[in-house]
Amino acid sequence: MRRLEALAKLTGREQYVDDLPLDGFLWGMTVRSPAPRGRITAIRFAPDVDWSQFVVVDHQDIPGPNVVALIEQDQPVLAASWVRHVHEPVLLLAHPSRDAVRRAARAIEVVVAPDPPALDFRAAPRPEQIQYGSDNVLKRLKIEKGEVERALARAPVIVAGTYATGAQEHVYLETQGMIAYLDEGVLVVKGSMQCPYYVLTALQHALARDASHVRVLQTPTGGGFGGKEEFPSHIALHAALLALKGGRPVKLIYDRGEDMAATTKRHPALIRHRTGLTRDGRLLAQDIEVVIDGGAYVTLSPVVLSRAIIHAAGPYACDHVRITGRAMFTNAVPFGAFRGFGAPQTQFAGERHMDVIARTLGIDAVELRRTNLLRDGQTTATGQVIRDGTDRLAVLERALELSGYRTKEREHAAFNATHQTERRGIGLATFYHGAGFTGGGELTLKSQLRVAGLPDGRVEVLSASIEMGQGTLTVFTELAAARLGFAAADVTIAAADTARVPNSGPTVASRTTMIVGGLVERACDDLRRRLGLDDSARGAAVQQAIRRWHGEHPGATLCGEAAYEKPPGIEWDDKTYRGDAYGAFGWAAYVAEVEVDLRTCASRVLDFVAVQEVGKVLNPTLARGQVQGGVVQGIGWALMEECKWRDGAMVNNQLTNYLIPTADDVPPVRVAFLENPYPHGAGGAKGLGELPIDGPGPAIVNAVARATGADPRAIPLTAERLMELMERDPDLVHA
Amino acid sequence: MIPISFTLNGSRVAVEVDAADRLLDTLRYQLALTGTKEGCGEGECGACTVYLDGLPVDACLVPTYQVRGRRVDTIESLDPVALEPFERCGATQCGACTPGVVMTAWWIRGHGELLRTHTIRELMAGNLCRCTGYDGIVDAVKDALGDDGRETGDG
Repeated sequence: MRRLEALAKLTGREQYVDDLPLDGFLWGMTVRSPAPRGRITAIRFAPDVDWSQFVVVDHQDIPGPNVVALIEQDQPVLAASWVRHVHEPVLLLAHPSRDAVRRAARAIEVVVAPDPPALDFRAAPRPEQIQYGSDNVLKRLKIEKGEVERALARAPVIVAGTYATGAQEHVYLETQGMIAYLDEGVLVVKGSMQCPYYVLTALQHALARDASHVRVLQTPTGGGFGGKEEFPSHIALHAALLALKGGRPVKLIYDRGEDMAATTKRHPALIRHRTGLTRDGRLLAQDIEVVIDGGAYVTLSPVVLSRAIIHAAGPYACDHVRITGRAMFTNAVPFGAFRGFGAPQTQFAGERHMDVIARTLGIDAVELRRTNLLRDGQTTATGQVIRDGTDRLAVLERALELSGYRTKEREHAAFNATHQTERRGIGLATFYHGAGFTGGGELTLKSQLRVAGLPDGRVEVLSASIEMGQGTLTVFTELAAARLGFAAADVTIAAADTARVPNSGPTVASRTTMIVGGLVERACDDLRRRLGLDDSARGAAVQQAIRRWHGEHPGATLCGEAAYEKPPGIEWDDKTYRGDAYGAFGWAAYVAEVEVDLRTCASRVLDFVAVQEVGKVLNPTLARGQVQGGVVQGIGWALMEECKWRDGAMVNNQLTNYLIPTADDVPPVRVAFLENPYPHGAGGAKGLGELPIDGPGPAIVNAVARATGADPRAIPLTAERLMELMERDPDLVHA
Repeated sequence: MIPISFTLNGSRVAVEVDAADRLLDTLRYQLALTGTKEGCGEGECGACTVYLDGLPVDACLVPTYQVRGRRVDTIESLDPVALEPFERCGATQCGACTPGVVMTAWWIRGHGELLRTHTIRELMAGNLCRCTGYDGIVDAVKDALGDDGRETGDG
């Protein structure tokens, strides 16, 4: 089936939040902290502005607790007397003219008496920089399997390495935005978001309104990638506060500069590996330390750290593993959810480290992975027994075959011997990604979904899982139609409106198709049962029964329901971090071929092959698009996307100087799927959305290392950074 | 305010604009043509691509008064039926870049001679897309070009 809303998007008819008609509204604007840390001593309003024309909101206008509800209740809606990061919201303004409100925001000076900020997450904080607990550690986590120190002491070889990954900006093409207004006493908030119920909870909490007096609607969302997971709660609260005080609808839309400077990004990370091996490259012990920069509030950093450490050891068998993780408080703009959620950082380190090991031991990088890839019956770092029947070696072999890996190695040797200024290389990464919430997360979410039978015999799927480009509308339509034997036209998907749809959980964590899609199927079954039909009833028989039911119950609602149930045999202990971290993993092997221009040290990806096993592929066009898009976002993170910082805030907050890949910067991404249906996922599917961003970073940097002989350990590997490395090493050929 | 008139999607329109008004805002907020999207506001992303006298431009960089007496065409002027290859090839995901992508692609389609000197990827490089990785877009443009696209292939 083709993407359901494709034509609306292609013709520009799709209406995003800033496209919706709205009468008599005010434009909102946020006034922010100029300093990374300090006490607000004054707020000066320029005397030449008539402030009576503006709605002005500060922290005293917040009816409930001044907190954006999330994991910890530490982040204020508006700073009261202290600021903890640059761009922290302090005041809100609204006015009928967008120009006027922008000018007015510049006519307000927030005066801050500075305190010493903590800006380097890698360095131990000085006493005057401590702002969280006794050591600025937001969260510590540990995984232990076997006896690492003993195994390291006995290992014939130890290879150590330190790796670093930079922040990454989401650059969803639609910037963040919200509309808020009162409708007969009900606060209505509409906007671009991944998690309508997160926004609802945050509004209820800080505005002290019960659920019947708040309604949240998701508008078509122009990309999210995690950037619209937790952050939209802030804009929703800001727009709502202005609308409540101003008594008129308020539209609060960030322009690109504000969006890039003030919203979340991927957590920067520093990862150290100490690995014990046999001389022929079998893993004996992995000791891994993971540190991530959380920024100025807790936000989602504990959960990002969790996924980071669980993925840190890679898809390999090793009896002795210790992984310690820390999320650090700094006075940076808080980092947040971004596709992959910690796993891309640790798997960059792990897969780059595998190549460093191969080079140190003088063994082939492919052989090293063949030796160590998990076989069925073996366990991950958390002790999860892998028994899904996927042939992980076959995934690797398919990637080698499709990319022409061995042939390319020979061709590159010849090419590099005959070219003065270009070097070519090929690089590999084998990796995995756990689908759905970690550990007991899905049980905590208790997701619910309904499928309504409509009087005309069609069905409507009611869920809070949203479309942001990844294909939820299309896949849910296909799943319901297939389950009931309906034509796609006889299935509609309800708008994500908290006044109508049950909480099917956040649209994150590669969980929507696999887990919520499973609820679509089961709610269809439940609908049939309520009609007195068995599971074999399909098509016209079901439609007739629905129509008959409505004939017998005029005006009543007919709904099949489903709630999340844990698949059998999954056990997780959150205290010891032992057990089944995920219901299912996607498995992948990616190969990148690069060319480096030795004159500029710019690296270009010539070819990219992405092979993965993600259960049954439900919609080949959508699935391929997820992989290609994820790979290109990963190419950007690996080679060009660099956040420049001053006082913990991004200073290159423009698409002019924060570069993302264009069509001309990347090759076609060649995608192949191996299919091993997952019995507990919708239609046999496993999660897919995040997996593709875990592999490009290490595959590309491994290729650059092989092309040049340099030993890069950090991304983004910009031309400047590679040039520094090349110049530092006198043995390297440099044009 | 400056009163101006211009031809928009084949019809004469008259508006009053401030000297600093951007064509993008005039289209979206004064004339309610919201198909043209804002992605960056500085001519980097191409989401606001429209045709000015038949040439693709970024509407965020054009002061509205400059289009006085000229011809402006937006995404709303295109024939939806002709967009079938873009639907089939997976050229749109979130859709925020899509109207601009389609406008550029459509212009390339009308100027097949460009493919003698440029690849589709070079010609599409002014439109940023964060979802598709560009393959769906390039495939759709090739398909829409028919023989022209196949000759040059994908660079």
